Amino acid sequence: MEQLIDILLLMLSSVLVQNFIFAKFYGICPFLGVSDKPDTALGMGLAVTFVITLSSAATWAVYYLMLEPLGLTYLKTIAFILIIAALVQLIEMFLKKFVPSLYQALGIYLPLITTNCAVLGSALLNIQNGYNFVYSVAVGFSAAIGFTMAILIFAGVRVRLQFAETPKSFEGMPLVLISAGLIAMAFSGFSGISF
Amino acid sequence: MNKYLKQIKEGIVDQNPTFMQFLGMCPTLATTTSVSNAVGMGLAATAVLICSNVIISLLRKFIPKEIRIASYIVIISGFVTAVELLMKAYLQSLYDSLGLYIPLIVVNCIILARAEAYASKNPVLPSAIDGLAMGLGFTVSLTVIGSVREILGAGTWLGLPIMGDWYTPATIFILPAGAFLTLGVLAALVNRLKAYAAAHPRPEKVTAEDVAVLPDDVVTDAPSDTDTQDTNTDVPETPVSAETSDTANAPETEEDSTASIDTAKAGIADTDAAKEETPAAEAPAPVEEPAPTAESSAEAVPTESTTETPTESEETNDGTAD
Repeated sequence: MEQLIDILLLMLSSVLVQNFIFAKFYGICPFLGVSDKPDTALGMGLAVTFVITLSSAATWAVYYLMLEPLGLTYLKTIAFILIIAALVQLIEMFLKKFVPSLYQALGIYLPLITTNCAVLGSALLNIQNGYNFVYSVAVGFSAAIGFTMAILIFAGVRVRLQFAETPKSFEGMPLVLISAGLIAMAFSGFSGISF
Repeated sequence: MNKYLKQIKEGIVDQNPTFMQFLGMCPTLATTTSVSNAVGMGLAATAVLICSNVIISLLRKFIPKEIRIASYIVIISGFVTAVELLMKAYLQSLYDSLGLYIPLIVVNCIILARAEAYASKNPVLPSAIDGLAMGLGFTVSLTVIGSVREILGAGTWLGLPIMGDWYTPATIFILPAGAFLTLGVLAALVNRLKAYAAAHPRPEKVTAEDVAVLPDDVVTDAPSDTDTQDTNTDVPETPVSAETSDTANAPETEEDSTASIDTAKAGIADTDAAKEETPAAEAPAPVEEPAPTAESSAEAVPTESTTETPTESEETNDGTAD
């Protein structure tokens, strides 16, 4: 029971306090790239959630069952990025064959995820923090939910910004960055909560 | 030889990976809390970029097209691991403060983008120069962002206290929100410079006088620094609130604020164009030149940030007036 509460608190903290986008800067490229419409943002968020959850499990298994017994832990970066690339490819083929509707929805975002630092970052973070299997998967999943939430909120803001008249120099990326800064300021309020 | 110098200038100014292409945003935002972190991250990425460009260029005829991305990632992650281990051995404190962002150089879009767009199509020497140019461009931008954040957020530069006792550091610039705000304002400044450069192709040396005049104005006009901090945090909210609260009034106020910004920024644009002009004029000098330009732009940062304040406070005045 105590462990369950521990996991739940850890999950809540990785959604809000340790938010991937606004506290740790993992996955800023897709966050800035595909957040101009809420549906594409949701698609990206779901695809990332899917991949991070599976890759947390896969990288945990490879690290503790293969790399550590063989004394090859210094190879973890290479090993993890290959696992993630292979996993993304596998998920893409699996979805195409068995769940075509989901493939239609996530298809274009999947290849982009290989170079999303949120995926590699969460895998490395699990190892660094020494989480066990259940913790790794739970934290990976909730961090990805935090990513999805951040990208959805931001897509909502950007839709409204499209109708705003802005100073010429701030058009495009500067305005996007400054609005992201304002949301980050709101999120930094959560950092007062410590679990 | 001149061709390579031009390539390096392209990488630092015209094709700057951070401000012109917006690549590799994660390390840009995350590691610029201080100048030393920013320089460390920039140089680590440069080392990886040069090595991976050389190897990929050497292997470009042997890597099958279908699996090229996977091959590039393996090559890059090999070099990243090497850099990580070297840093752990010789630069322990930098290794600790950069933490997980060192292995995350693997997924830095700049490196993969240069491998795909340049190294896989060009011979070894140009590819190495390209890696050096892009890496220096990345390092320079990180140093500028890091300087702004460290000076405003901690009152120090490279750990040396330079702001004096009267300055209360605005911690927001060290926090994640400050990273977004700093990069946003700097990117707007770069946009403004680009517009200016397009309107005035290669301005004459008159700008040197403007530089001499403007700092005096700034010193007299600049409000106390606690004000600066407040306006900085408040300003960006005004467009959003105006837009959400009443759309009927929004266009008028928006026009006012843009007009005031244009007039106010016209002065700033002159000085900045002059700053921009110096590296361009020095371009045909020896290869070691890029480092001095980095320093000069970093030193220019305090004036840059103070010159911004008048425009921004005007904008808030507009916002509060209605």
